[in-house]
Amino acid sequence: MASVHQPKPHDSGPLHVTGAARYTDDIPAPAGTLHLAFGLAAVAHGVVTSLDLAPVRAMPGVRLVLGPDDFARMPDVSPSPAPEPLLCTGEVQFHGQPLFVVAADTHLQARHAARAAKVTFEEREPILTIAQALAAGRLLEDPLEWEKGSPDDALGTAPHRAQGRIEVGGQEHFYLEGQAAMAVPGDGDEMLVHASTQHPSEIQHKVAQALDVPFAEVTVQVRRMGGGFGGKESQGNALAVACALVAQRTGRAVKMRYDRDDDMTITGKRHEIRIDYDVGFDDTGRIAAVIFDQYVRCGWSADLSLPVADRAMLHADNAYDLPAARIRSTRLLTHTCSNTAFRGFGGPQGIVGIERVIEHIAAHLDRDPLEVRRANFYAPGNTGQTTPYGMQVEDNVIHGIVDQLTETSDYSARRAQIAEFNATSPVIKRGIALTPVKFGISFTLTQLNQAGALVNVYTDGSIRLNHGGTEMGQGLFTKVAAVAADAFGVDATHVKITATDTAKVPNTSATAASSGSDMNGMAVKAACETIRDRMARHLCTAKVLWHDRDEEGKGIIDRDGHPVIREHAFDCAPGNLVFAGDLVSDGTHSIPFWAAVQACYVARISLSSTGYYATPKLAWDRTQRSGPRRPFYYFAYGAAVTEVALDTLTGENRILRTDILHDCGKSLNPALDIGQIEGGYVQGAGWLTTEELVWTPPGPANMGGRLATHAPSTYKIPGCADRPRIFNVVLYENENAEATIHRSKAVGEPPLMLGISALMALQDAVRAAGSDVLLDAPATAERLLNAIETPRGSGW
Amino acid sequence: MIRFMLNGEIVTVEGAAPTVTLLDWLRETRGLTGTKEGCNEGDCGACTVTVSTLDDTGVTHQALNACILFLPQLAGKAVRTVEGIAAPDGELHPVQDAMIAEHGSQCGFCTPGFVMSMYTAHRTGRVDHDDVLAGNLCRCTGYAPIVRAAQRAASRPVPAWEIDERATLETLAQSGDMSGEGLYLPGSTASLAAIYAAHPNATIVAGATDVGLWVTKQFRPLGPVIFTHRVGDLARIERVQGGLRIGAGVTLSRLRGAMADRHPDFAELIRRYGSVQVRNAATIGGNIANGSPIGDGPPALIALGAELTLRHGEDRRRMPLEDFFLDYGKQDRMPGEFVESIFVPDQEDTLACYKLSKRFDQDISAVCGCFALHMDGDVVAGARIAFGGMAGTPKRAHAAEAALTGQVLSAQAVRDAQDALTQDFQPLSDMRASAAYRMQAARNMIRRYWLERAEDVPTRLVGPKSETGVA
Repeated sequence: MASVHQPKPHDSGPLHVTGAARYTDDIPAPAGTLHLAFGLAAVAHGVVTSLDLAPVRAMPGVRLVLGPDDFARMPDVSPSPAPEPLLCTGEVQFHGQPLFVVAADTHLQARHAARAAKVTFEEREPILTIAQALAAGRLLEDPLEWEKGSPDDALGTAPHRAQGRIEVGGQEHFYLEGQAAMAVPGDGDEMLVHASTQHPSEIQHKVAQALDVPFAEVTVQVRRMGGGFGGKESQGNALAVACALVAQRTGRAVKMRYDRDDDMTITGKRHEIRIDYDVGFDDTGRIAAVIFDQYVRCGWSADLSLPVADRAMLHADNAYDLPAARIRSTRLLTHTCSNTAFRGFGGPQGIVGIERVIEHIAAHLDRDPLEVRRANFYAPGNTGQTTPYGMQVEDNVIHGIVDQLTETSDYSARRAQIAEFNATSPVIKRGIALTPVKFGISFTLTQLNQAGALVNVYTDGSIRLNHGGTEMGQGLFTKVAAVAADAFGVDATHVKITATDTAKVPNTSATAASSGSDMNGMAVKAACETIRDRMARHLCTAKVLWHDRDEEGKGIIDRDGHPVIREHAFDCAPGNLVFAGDLVSDGTHSIPFWAAVQACYVARISLSSTGYYATPKLAWDRTQRSGPRRPFYYFAYGAAVTEVALDTLTGENRILRTDILHDCGKSLNPALDIGQIEGGYVQGAGWLTTEELVWTPPGPANMGGRLATHAPSTYKIPGCADRPRIFNVVLYENENAEATIHRSKAVGEPPLMLGISALMALQDAVRAAGSDVLLDAPATAERLLNAIETPRGSGW
Repeated sequence: MIRFMLNGEIVTVEGAAPTVTLLDWLRETRGLTGTKEGCNEGDCGACTVTVSTLDDTGVTHQALNACILFLPQLAGKAVRTVEGIAAPDGELHPVQDAMIAEHGSQCGFCTPGFVMSMYTAHRTGRVDHDDVLAGNLCRCTGYAPIVRAAQRAASRPVPAWEIDERATLETLAQSGDMSGEGLYLPGSTASLAAIYAAHPNATIVAGATDVGLWVTKQFRPLGPVIFTHRVGDLARIERVQGGLRIGAGVTLSRLRGAMADRHPDFAELIRRYGSVQVRNAATIGGNIANGSPIGDGPPALIALGAELTLRHGEDRRRMPLEDFFLDYGKQDRMPGEFVESIFVPDQEDTLACYKLSKRFDQDISAVCGCFALHMDGDVVAGARIAFGGMAGTPKRAHAAEAALTGQVLSAQAVRDAQDALTQDFQPLSDMRASAAYRMQAARNMIRRYWLERAEDVPTRLVGPKSETGVA
């Protein structure tokens, strides 16, 4: 049976369900392992006036305490060229910034000791909000602006015009496994680091720089993460670097994991954004021009904020042709945790902006928002149309998706039923919305679009697979193993999946931008085909002898005690040898794959190969206004219809039904892809509804800026009963127009934006409750009730 | 010395501090790393284990959060972890099988906790999967495949290799006193009263759903610790003259059962009070005694006219529950005195409970409004209205009650009562809700109570008065 395009279960499933799957903190630690905790700044902004670590050193089990004075040169943990010190070096930039690190015999002792320091601060007023940062002019870089056509002229002549603003909150990743790392010192300068990271190469580089050793001395291994979602692209650097530094100084293994509250306080989140817009349109809702002003809250340091903000700009069109547009992006610094990658990487924020514009137009014209959406879609197929950033849209399938989905979800009839229901239901109101997604696939920093693999075939026919991608639950390893199995024509059980390891595949990109299976799948395929082609070239004219095996793989011995030797001599062109069904065949005769491997070994044919892939066609420089403009290899598409019920007395709500039709090209693994879509939708809906980050306002005791929602008791991700009651997810029949791995499409990020339909369905229900207030996000019950009460004069 | 059963074998723990959590002990001492730490505060369920207890009805199996379960709380019980449910030959338990078949694990980190919640439900025949799984957070799957797995497993029997804990639990019950240094495990209320009177600086730990966080998050030293889970007579629900006497050690799970027929709205409030794991541990006595302004038990009990019995040594005093809450963080309780029982008077069920939280399940209330209006025809003969989240304590809305009492329940009376709320409460703003939202929501709860009685329209998102068909 073929391995690709099959709904195979996650390779680690049996280990997950028995508790045998090892995460970083589960790896047996060497005797004498030390445990770390950071001491954290208690103010959002200010200066450390004194830092007395003696009480920390006196705490039980403490072996080493390192403060800023203990480093001749403060190690850097930044993923960007702008530095980000491991420990605060004077001016506190956010509440929870690490001030010192303590090493103790146990995790608990380290946590206790970390709170024992005597620290005084000269607190200063923190800049917390977008408005405050704008007023203070705290910019990460000069605003970036892209323009298409003449938006000012087109706005001036448009029959209708609307202006507005939407504010969209950030999002905590809430990966179930918190940040964790362990460093084990080796010979000389060698350091082995186990880390829960999406970016082993960056950890390697940061650790090596901190230790002042060549990259080659540091090995980073990642078997799996307990969730990442972008939150482990750069946020694990600090832990790994701290562990390695203490390991270097003590010669002991060193481990660190954040307690959940520390994790939520220290690490960056999805970027909060404010989008001001000005749109001109005709009677059908067709947009003539739109101007977006995106204000992005980056937090205290650069981290990945520039490419995140770029991607928000790159998705300001979503699936809509904007004949004229100006998109301006202002990247603001605040005294809060440094916001970072989060599934969609700015794209979701950009898309929410244009979806709000559509809702505003529909409200203005009193039309079904779906009609307005349809009026603005890019033309089907190879559209001849360009995005606001100048890329041709060549693969548009949104029409087919929306046509099919409106039918299967019974959109029109249900809209009528909902109107009927609402007419007789004063308290509970229902709403429905369909929103589309078009998401660009590739890293926008073109150099990152490369991947490597290492494939070893052993003489028993087993295959060991390694590539630069990391497994965070998305099923990357399962998909890539299927690619390898398919290349050799063997069952996937013969393919051993191994931990990502910087010593095996170097210079890797983060597993991010949805690119994992696209790039690593291709690199693995290249490696496998190299080996397979070598084998074929040898086998096609070779006489192959092999010791026959029984079903259990044992060599068969005949009655006389002699091994049963079989032989076959192929005589064909290498290209005529077929690798399939665990056999190598010329069409008439076949030999077991393992026998072919043995024969190649005996003939001194190399059975190991690297593979490499660089995504083609890309041409993009964010700073250039002209020249070739293709940041993305292709687009992934999808659409969702969500129906909600809203309690107009409190704003509480439920998702009643969701129908999704999503484009995974020719899916590499339909089961895993549907899993990504279901999970992405719920995560996206959570972002826009219940997941609210709250920072404290100034008070009598301090100037505020503390994250108040630093635990699951106060930060509410969706629970089991929050999933749609009826949840229909279907993959759209499609093939990637580009020659991707088996014509599949990336699936990691795009489905998150299907959750926008939940926000817009709530908007529809608010409208049914007699309010024309346009919602900000997250649309918490409080925001919803406020929207409902506002036209009655009882809003706040 | 504490003895309990772990995955079928008796284990003895000596010399462990009373506040070592089961989770840390499993992972760090026993090397059983299948049980995961997700939040260390009982909110995510990644550390879910099954705990079996011998009681009057036989052996009960319950899902609990190991991260806020202190080792002494397991004395005499049986613990099962994710490593201990497959067959000795490795054959997977039906819930494990189903999770793989339905693609219920992605990153896999929450999976052991889900598996143990599902295992417990499977063993006890529960099929209310949404509720069973409300205390397990998953960030990858969106839950759909996990629910499908629970449904799939439900049709398969409890496997033949399942361990029967009864005999061992009976043996352990003979273990006698397991008290140690600074650790008390009394076996009766009288003993509890005597110990606490002698050690008024001690911390009483019942379910540890709150005290657990004092230890894991706040690092508060507890002093001597008195565990109440072996005090059988503290956990009784008894019919007494004129009502029900509910022992302080009754868990929320059992209280929910006791209220299902008498006051179904209270039962539903308890369902949303916390997850299965939390309800299995938390006690109504703890919910009252910790004095939280946002505890969900007190508003409902105050509306029902409940009375509290406090005990110090052999002395008891009784008071209306609302009088127990003096101010934020301050209760009418003397050193060495503890909540012994709650009396809920028999009455016609007019109770309506409205819990408002950011997330529907397993979330702390922003506002919790509880209403019991006794009618004489169209006229409100008596009103008891209590709110949580509106003041520094759970508190009656006396002005709103007065505005309704003696009036025909009408739009005008409702408006008057709504306006009267501003005399009753000046709520605060925090991360759960703003003051304005709390006040508006509380006003609307009065309206809802009226609408539910005046008009035949759906007024709720879930439950019997909903239109959504959501159970």
